[in-house]
Amino acid sequence: MRKYRVIIMPREGLLDPQGRAVAEMLQDNGYSVGEVRVGKVVEIELPEDIDVNLLAQKYLINPLIEDYIVEEATPSS
Amino acid sequence: MEKKPMKFGVCVFPGSNCDYDTYYVLKEVLAQDVEFIYYNEKDIDRFDCVVLPGGFSFGDYLRPGALASKSPLAEALIEFAADGKLLLGICNGFQILTELHLLPGALLPNENMRFVCKDVYLRVENASTPFTRKLEEGDVLRIPIAHHDGRYYVPDEELRLLEERGQILFRYSDPSGEVNGKDNPNGSVSNIAGVMNKEGNVFGMMPHPERASEDILGSHDGLMLWYSLISE
Repeated sequence: MRKYRVIIMPREGLLDPQGRAVAEMLQDNGYSVGEVRVGKVVEIELPEDIDVNLLAQKYLINPLIEDYIVEEATPSS
Repeated sequence: MEKKPMKFGVCVFPGSNCDYDTYYVLKEVLAQDVEFIYYNEKDIDRFDCVVLPGGFSFGDYLRPGALASKSPLAEALIEFAADGKLLLGICNGFQILTELHLLPGALLPNENMRFVCKDVYLRVENASTPFTRKLEEGDVLRIPIAHHDGRYYVPDEELRLLEERGQILFRYSDPSGEVNGKDNPNGSVSNIAGVMNKEGNVFGMMPHPERASEDILGSHDGLMLWYSLISE
């Protein structure tokens, strides 16, 4: 098994109200922050012969509104 | 001779919560033949019209509608739509239909990040569909919404196509039917409250017609949608 992190973010250019609220909170606390965007992470263990990208595209993300990247959480042995 | 009632199915996913309301309206208010369809069923050929009700299927996990769109029932819904039968999604049902790619676009979190539960006004934009034929273009309906993720999004190019093809059936408006930025409860592009597929047999809307189908509930404006469905 390999462990991956699928990092899912709202697509660039789409309003992310969660990110905007977090940015406003940080500004209210005195920080000068630029854009903040809030996404989510799916950690997933998969057998080596399963393509994590295909799986993510088919089941985990909606490409109309989300972008994603995959990180391997543990180095392959 | 009395018209034979239509056979309606109301889908039940774990977390659906408007399933009984929808069933009640179809059965008791409209005297139709109606059955629940459970999310693990695979054969729905016996129905004339299937309704995906509101609620929080699978807890809205991942994204609203995402898990329901991969449930055992999904394949049957896709085939049902491909057969040209009528498929209506209300609220979470609309979200499921976009996740199934049976309707264009997606539903994002409301612009103000709040759960909005209130009556809204809808302007009828296309009354020549199986879902709106008992209405007239320009009619204004008062129907409640209750959602956190109702911000309809579709890219500009697709939006133009939706407009050209008359796929936008309802827009949020003021009580006089004027569509403006102020009377847009969730930040939906072009005030869109309900869209139909280009084939004209699948329709999704965020407002809840089943909550506006008896005077005791404060409005019966939702009835016209059901009447349209059963008038065929």
